[in-house]
Amino acid sequence: MSEDVWSARDTTPSAIEAALRELLGRRYKEDRAFVPARVMNLVVIVERGFRGEVENRLARVGRYHPSRLIIAAVEENRTELDAWATVAAEDAVHKPGHIAVGRERIEVDIGPQHLESLDTIVDPLLVSDLATMIWAPHGHREGVESLRRLASIVLIDSQDEPEVHEAFERASDLTRSAYVVDLAWLRSTPWRERVAATFDPPPMRRSLQAIDKVVVRHRSDSTAAAALFCGWLASRLDWRPSGLARRGDQLTGHCRARRGEVTLELQPEHAGPPGLGGVTIAMASGEAVSLDRGPGGLRAARRARDGGEQTWTVLGASRGEAGILGEGVRQALLRDPTYTPALEAGRVLVG
Amino acid sequence: MAVETRTQAAENPLVEGLERLPVPPTALVIFGATGDLAHRKLLPALYNLAHEGALPERFELVGVARREKGKEDFRGEAQSSIREFSRRPPSEEVLNGLLDHVYYIPANFDDPEGYRALAEKLDKLDEQAGQPLNRDYYLSTAPEFFPVIVEQLKAAGLHRHDKVDVRVIIEKPFGTDLASARSLQQVVHDVFRERQVFRIDHYLGKETVQNVMAFRFANMMFEPIWNRNFIDHIQITGAEDIGIGSRAGYYDQSGALRDLVQNHMLQLVALTCMEPPASFEANKVRDEKVKVLTAITPPPPGDTVRAQYTTGTVGGEEVPGYLEEEGVPDGSHTETYAAICLEVHNWRWAGVPIYLRTGKRLARKVTEIAVQLKPVPHLAFQSKGSVGVQPNQLILTVQPNEGVSLSLGAKIPGSTMRIRPVNMEFLYGSAFMSQSPEAYERLIMDAMRGDATLFTRNDEVDAQWTIIDPILEAWRADSGLVPAYEAGNAGPPEADALIGPGREWRKL
Repeated sequence: MSEDVWSARDTTPSAIEAALRELLGRRYKEDRAFVPARVMNLVVIVERGFRGEVENRLARVGRYHPSRLIIAAVEENRTELDAWATVAAEDAVHKPGHIAVGRERIEVDIGPQHLESLDTIVDPLLVSDLATMIWAPHGHREGVESLRRLASIVLIDSQDEPEVHEAFERASDLTRSAYVVDLAWLRSTPWRERVAATFDPPPMRRSLQAIDKVVVRHRSDSTAAAALFCGWLASRLDWRPSGLARRGDQLTGHCRARRGEVTLELQPEHAGPPGLGGVTIAMASGEAVSLDRGPGGLRAARRARDGGEQTWTVLGASRGEAGILGEGVRQALLRDPTYTPALEAGRVLVG
Repeated sequence: MAVETRTQAAENPLVEGLERLPVPPTALVIFGATGDLAHRKLLPALYNLAHEGALPERFELVGVARREKGKEDFRGEAQSSIREFSRRPPSEEVLNGLLDHVYYIPANFDDPEGYRALAEKLDKLDEQAGQPLNRDYYLSTAPEFFPVIVEQLKAAGLHRHDKVDVRVIIEKPFGTDLASARSLQQVVHDVFRERQVFRIDHYLGKETVQNVMAFRFANMMFEPIWNRNFIDHIQITGAEDIGIGSRAGYYDQSGALRDLVQNHMLQLVALTCMEPPASFEANKVRDEKVKVLTAITPPPPGDTVRAQYTTGTVGGEEVPGYLEEEGVPDGSHTETYAAICLEVHNWRWAGVPIYLRTGKRLARKVTEIAVQLKPVPHLAFQSKGSVGVQPNQLILTVQPNEGVSLSLGAKIPGSTMRIRPVNMEFLYGSAFMSQSPEAYERLIMDAMRGDATLFTRNDEVDAQWTIIDPILEAWRADSGLVPAYEAGNAGPPEADALIGPGREWRKL
């Protein structure tokens, strides 16, 4: 990997854009195999003091890196714009047909007063005609609001907000103008896939109507992922959700299904990675299926009507938090029609 | 049959929006499990599916091969293969989890005892799972064993099951000529229904091959010009810079025509020339491909070229000629290069020549479909001092640098109106940062889900051999010297004569 770097103090967006164009032009001349990636613009708004942490997270997402990354680093008392632009490319293999894919990174240091008009700083730096995603892991709502006219996608993590209902209200508001990729939702993906697979054989599909209890075990800071999972079941199975109540450290409540009530329990656990730790779905007949984190995948258990139990492992590697963020970047260019209904059901549950 | 039961069941509302659709519980039986394909491709593909959580929640793998060995030995070999050939470093926990579900049955493929052992094993696996598992038999053996295994499966009653789906996945080559393909088909159809048969042409599992359909049918701009009124000719190239390696035994029996043209390249022809299917459903797509293949008449001998590479230089290194390669019989007439000209006899394509060429030890490795449009009807621009206005070319590159390129005429900057071609390019590698799954991952998954869209149907195979068989006959009857081309070149001069005059092969 080789890099060309430009930097300037007290600069302007148009100067940054011109410098980047110059860097790209130089690259093209020097390396005929150079091809800039053109996938997506990602605009990240961060506290300047914590930008290293965010960059480390982005560095670990691997192949799902955005093609142009624009970091707006907010620093108290700053009045001028300082900027760094980098064009990095894989080292070319000088063989016919091979290309060296390049990516661009721009960091602009801004002051808090710039947030309100951040769109005017960012707009000239975007690659036209590419999808643009915003991510503001440290809040900065003012900046996000300013960029909403430029972005078609907003990356959020409902788990980051201290109050789940506020996180869901915010996500719901964002869905009105953009496609929302919620990392809390993506943490529940393997669970949703496995639950869907468990109930896929025709005899099991009939059992979906007989579900009378759902228990979701989650890391204590991952209530959002658990509520979204329950919201997903409710929205897919036409359950009418109602608000959950706190009982000890658990959240419990009911949904109204066609055949009766479904009890929901969200049980926090104090260990394990962020997201869900286990799911148990029980049927009125006494049958139940459970999935829990285990080595090399999910440990599955099925309890029959007669109480007999079978266990096995559903194979799959953990994606880790870097994998979740990478998946977030990848999902930005796809569309999942089930998130918004799950979110709306989740809002009712935690409202 | 279980298939009908499944389609009658209510939809599963939980699958909406999921990228990975559920796969029914499956026991995959690989015949030829100790072979090269299994170790280089199938086992690593299965690992990658396991890594991604894409295997069925109940999955068992049974290897069957002639070599005498125990389950633990086979697991050890599978582990080594996965470590060596997987596209990602394996997770120890997932790898060990997968290997716990790997079994081995040593058996000669014609020995009924081996099938009895297999039946017992499958029943036992059903019992352990608490439910019957689908049976998918993957024939990854030498082709002469395909009919033997299929007949033995029937004899052992393993070809059907009351409660679950039973499928057979057959590797290429499906026959070595029309008669042998039909004979094999007869055996297969005596045992299995067509919907149970999944014939693999791994080219169809490649993302970029599927992208040919995406480009044609997801973009309005191509369809109006995709016909004889606008297209001058089509060139499909499958060039390799490598020689035959250690595959002399196979290759000398096969040759370039059977190895690449009969299957992969004719599939590319079908995808390029087919009508838009009403939906992307297995039989609808395959119906359209068959219509194209059956509209092609076998080319006369004058529209075919074969050749053999001689000593030459590739990548700066001197390489031996085909006849000097280890294991190649003296005086072999096997072609390492084949070029043919085809025509699709229908309203869309009548009069448009489709040139196919493939070869070993050519100047570079490239697989592409080049669609050359007709020249503009009137030239208003001067060509003096420039290469002038050239017909547009649309190039769909399948490998190594997957993408699409369109050549356009553009003005050369300056005071006069001079034109030269420029390229507008889309490169997969720069527009999608993701790593494409191996073709076998996609195909194994589709087979386990019963989706035959990317598999070759019986009538496709038949149509393909119907085109190729007369060429083979003509070449067999011609005892003259096989034309030669120097290794590292673009092919023999006879191929230039085939396409010319007025047209030329694209530069490799």
